[in-house]
Amino acid sequence: MSRLSGRITAVNGNMVTVEFRGDIIQNEVAYVLTGGKRLKAEVIKIDGSNAFLQVFEYTKGIKIGDEVEFSGKMLSVQLGPGLLGQIYDGLQNPLPEMAREFGSFLPIGVELSAISFDRQWEFSPRARKGDKVTGGSVLGTVPEGVFEHKIMVPFDLYAEYVVEEVAPEGSYSVDKKIARLKDPAGKVIDATMTFDWPVKIPIDAYKEKLHPRDPLPTRVRIIDTLFPVAKGGTYCIPGPFGAGKTVLQQITSRHVEVDIVIIAACGERAGEVVETLKKFPEIIDPRTGRALMERTIIICNTSSMPVAARESSVYTAATLAEYYRQMGLDVLLLADSTSRWAQAMREISGRLEEIPGEEAYPAYLESRIASFYERSGLVRLHDGRIGSLTIGGTISPAGGNFEEPVTQSTLKVVGAFHGLSRDRAEARRFPSIDPLESWSKYGGVIAPEQIKIARDILFKGEEVSQMMKVVGEEGTSLEDFVVYLKSDFLDSVYLQQNGFDEVDAATTVPRQKYVFAKVIGVLRGEFSFKDKEEGRDFFYNLRHRFIDWNYKEWESSEFKTQENEIDSLLKGK
Amino acid sequence: MRKVCTRILSIAGNVVTVKTSGIAYEELAEVSTSRGSSLAQVIRLDGEMVYLQVFAGARGISTGDEVRFLGHPMKVGFSYNMLGRIFNGSGQPRDKGPAVTENMIEIAGPPANPSKRVIPGRMVRTNIPMIDVFNSLVESQKLPIFSVSGEPYDELLARIALQAEVDIIVLGGIGLKYDQYMYFKKTLEEGGVFSRTIFFMHTAADPTVEGLMVPDLSLAVAEKFALEGKRVLVLLTDMTNFADALKEIAITMEQVPSNRGYPGDLYSQLASRYEKAVDFEGAGSITILAVTTMPGDDVTHPVPDNTGYITEGQFYLRNGRIEPFGSLSRLKQLVNKDTRKDHRAVMDGMIQLYSKYREAEEKRSMGFRMSEWDKQLLRYGNLFEAQMMDLKVNIPLEKALDNGWEILARCFKPEETNFRTELLEEFWPG
Repeated sequence: MSRLSGRITAVNGNMVTVEFRGDIIQNEVAYVLTGGKRLKAEVIKIDGSNAFLQVFEYTKGIKIGDEVEFSGKMLSVQLGPGLLGQIYDGLQNPLPEMAREFGSFLPIGVELSAISFDRQWEFSPRARKGDKVTGGSVLGTVPEGVFEHKIMVPFDLYAEYVVEEVAPEGSYSVDKKIARLKDPAGKVIDATMTFDWPVKIPIDAYKEKLHPRDPLPTRVRIIDTLFPVAKGGTYCIPGPFGAGKTVLQQITSRHVEVDIVIIAACGERAGEVVETLKKFPEIIDPRTGRALMERTIIICNTSSMPVAARESSVYTAATLAEYYRQMGLDVLLLADSTSRWAQAMREISGRLEEIPGEEAYPAYLESRIASFYERSGLVRLHDGRIGSLTIGGTISPAGGNFEEPVTQSTLKVVGAFHGLSRDRAEARRFPSIDPLESWSKYGGVIAPEQIKIARDILFKGEEVSQMMKVVGEEGTSLEDFVVYLKSDFLDSVYLQQNGFDEVDAATTVPRQKYVFAKVIGVLRGEFSFKDKEEGRDFFYNLRHRFIDWNYKEWESSEFKTQENEIDSLLKGK
Repeated sequence: MRKVCTRILSIAGNVVTVKTSGIAYEELAEVSTSRGSSLAQVIRLDGEMVYLQVFAGARGISTGDEVRFLGHPMKVGFSYNMLGRIFNGSGQPRDKGPAVTENMIEIAGPPANPSKRVIPGRMVRTNIPMIDVFNSLVESQKLPIFSVSGEPYDELLARIALQAEVDIIVLGGIGLKYDQYMYFKKTLEEGGVFSRTIFFMHTAADPTVEGLMVPDLSLAVAEKFALEGKRVLVLLTDMTNFADALKEIAITMEQVPSNRGYPGDLYSQLASRYEKAVDFEGAGSITILAVTTMPGDDVTHPVPDNTGYITEGQFYLRNGRIEPFGSLSRLKQLVNKDTRKDHRAVMDGMIQLYSKYREAEEKRSMGFRMSEWDKQLLRYGNLFEAQMMDLKVNIPLEKALDNGWEILARCFKPEETNFRTELLEEFWPG
């Protein structure tokens, strides 16, 4: 097939207009040939013989009349063993390789292979000759770190195929043929360990999508207890700058109880990504005993990289996440920040001169956000196994005001809302999730009656605290004051968590249940104090002991000793 | 052969349009008018129509003036001879010295590969206690100074320039008043750091568009020095003027505005500059401090708001002092563990007490009765403001920590503070 080509007729920022002849595909990849370089671009609008392309590189130096080559393929990622532990840019170019070949700066117009073609994988066949298979069926497995990486029939083979031949056990590189499949019409297809998938199309090689029910423990107490996330569900974290969004996501990415974590650093600071990518290889995951990096993929498109690639990076991340979900694994995709992604859409929409919606965001903002979060889900695969993809996105609302389009569109489609508050962050109360405003539609690890008690105390405590600001402590009744102390106690010892302490940073579900039961005991307790001073002393004392308790290893002897101390203090009242 | 056009088709704002072909996006051109010549940059290509932003402004341009394309994008010289020199927003000498023409480098180059960055870990000492003790500046950090007009941010920048332990300083001025410019020049000359400083100065009298180039020029030169192993400090003032210049061009180009008239790509534009702050593996570093004046003292204004999301913390300058609340150096944890073992404890402990002082002060101003403890706090607060917060205080970190203990000891008993016993035994005076 001779490649279709066209000529540049206009350049405006990162968007170029191309005059072409023949047939081109919406969202197909094209290359702008300029100054000896090939700049990758994507078709985003077609109008008669003009195509509008967003260029994934800086457009400096492009001239009218420059040639554009159309590839005939949509923007895709490469799937196969060897993705775990990688650090990619938004278009799946491996950044460490880039650094090795091109030095300190990101080169313009260069593409590198996403996975290694030299590496040998130990293949064990699963399918047999004569088996009937379809897209997503398992042909065999290779070990990838701690996981059994399933080698699957490419997802775009929707028909039923018969396995003609499967490679025997042995070492193969990803491009070697490992199976031969025959379709109903008798056409034969060779399968290797790797294939492409277009990033903007969700992978649907599963039997059915199920209702997310099981909680996904993040080991952050305020989340798991009050505002839980479900496996296969979605949640969002909006917050003003400095409220600790990124730190919260970093802590989650370390401790969350899933198999694979995919981090999409979308339009954020490079410095924060550096921290993750330099530290994760050193941190040992207690669940597997291997480096945390082995279960992680980082998609890194920081704020200084070209904006069009930022728009694609969240889709790249979602596609890689769906791929591992197809192996029956639990995957968590953390996108930081979806506002930058929305802004990228806004920039491109502005260049296309589309009629702007609210705050100049395009009218399709809502539907794009919805369809992105809809890529999450709990699915039953063809062979009956269950896989899940959970998506958590941060939002950076302009001015910290949640009434803006990105936050509002996201709130309509997610299952949990963890709103961060600047006040809490400035008071150094971390995680700074606002316990009064946040919500979750999922069931958690704690019984709902207990949650209700806790939330009631928080709301009443807030009321009393507001009142005290007006009438002062003197004007508050002792009864109300105790409610205030209880709510402050709950906040300090349970909702706040020290992310820098090894023990306190992650609280397992059994521990949460155990400790929360004791906290509820205090909240329900009838205390009689002779005055406010005595009440305050008692609660400060109790708080101090509880915080110390949080730092003790679960079920250790220190844990028991500390608990006894708390119990005897409580018995005294 | 360079393209030359002798017919300008349209002039709107500071943007002119000519009709020609073979022009590259972001190429430079020279516009010659009866009043002199100016550089211009291609900002849009549409068929044969070429849109250029004219750095010197379009005022006085005739439709018959000549536009000569230079065949290359904006470049700036790079040489050690630039130290101690002053350039304007087009990179031309402002100090009557010779133009730098050797080693021309393109500005606004590609971003650094994140995997070639290192985790920052070296403190930049400024001898300002509010920075060194409470919000340490870290090499390769990018920090804005948020303040309202009228605050002494120039003085603060100049002091940091004089005292920071760095090899090279690049000072980029955008829309400065002439006296601000003279102030920087004089202060840095008298302070003896002029010979290792490069100025890119755009004053309010210069055409707005020219200011747009200042951050890119400053950072391109800084980047080269950093790659040669130098520790470079880039000071930019005032980035709000930069954002306003972006707004002006965007509106002229009829772009859809997003928030208060600013273009939708304000975040990306600011980020691509701030993200040049870097610590290169095996080479030098760039640290950026940038003044961002907040119109109406409103931190939710698009410029400070977008900046806050990009940078690694911020310094609030209010009433001539760096505010302890709100100011934040996100990277301080990376350095303050290795300075002195009481550093973190003093940092947290003193701020907690200062916050209690503020509460006591509020009570006092409302006429509530002052307890003995309140009086202690008031005394503490006053000492803290005079000996720590005052920008005139000029002492190294260790001296500042010692002073901190002195202040604490003058106001409190050891058990009234929140310090660990071990630290009290070692550091409590007397």
